[in-house]
Amino acid sequence: MMRTDPFQTLLALQRTFDRARTSNWLGATGSSARGAYPPVNIFRKGRHDFLAVVELPGIDRSELDLEVRENAIRLRGRKGVDYGPDVSLHRRERLQGDFDRTITVPIEIDASQVKAEYRDGLLAIFLPQAEAAKPRAVAID
Amino acid sequence: MSPELSVQEKQELVDREERTVPARYYVPAADIYETETALSVILEMPGVKKENVTVDLERNVLRVEGRIEFANYEDADAVYTEYNIGHFSRSFSIGNAVDPNRIEASASDGILTLTLHKKTEVQPRRIQIS
Repeated sequence: MMRTDPFQTLLALQRTFDRARTSNWLGATGSSARGAYPPVNIFRKGRHDFLAVVELPGIDRSELDLEVRENAIRLRGRKGVDYGPDVSLHRRERLQGDFDRTITVPIEIDASQVKAEYRDGLLAIFLPQAEAAKPRAVAID
Repeated sequence: MSPELSVQEKQELVDREERTVPARYYVPAADIYETETALSVILEMPGVKKENVTVDLERNVLRVEGRIEFANYEDADAVYTEYNIGHFSRSFSIGNAVDPNRIEASASDGILTLTLHKKTEVQPRRIQIS
């Protein structure tokens, strides 16, 4: 078996991500929120569950508010960019401001099982599908 | 009231030496500000851990590189994406005012803060009038 080259893997991933950018997955819900802040990527985890990863560098956790209901995630907060007093700016590229974004996903979420973790500027939200919405195998007599 | 936030499309790194690895690099958004004693460079590198950041100073060029850990994504099935992932890299030319021996760096929550202290002789001084 050939050893996989870790760098090739990253490029392959980047290509996969590019392809998913034209994905119609959220289109089913009729919400075309693409382009709103903060940017989110959604992955399928296992058979029924999903993982949303949001890019939010430098956020104060106390200024971040996450709400989940049925099939929507609402993420609200403030991204502050603070400088000390008496500074002279040379370059300013980082954005600051308030955000309030709702993402409607085409699955029913089990709100009680949602877990979120903020680390190194990424917010990962684990979205398990509601038990009632999972397909059940039916025995055929 | 703060302004509405919009998404900054990640800028791909192009104008630099050829890389041997066939992956895309991104240019982190940066703020640079100056105080009387130092120059501060703040870079946004979401997903980069402190231990995966390197800062090198070579002949007045400060080069910052932040590597993401993409192993977590390898078995992930992306159903919808709005941003791409990749390592970050950016270089800055530093003037003579900076003391190359006094550069401090700290990282948390995907933000890298570099403090470049100025040489004592270039710091502004108030002259007492006798």
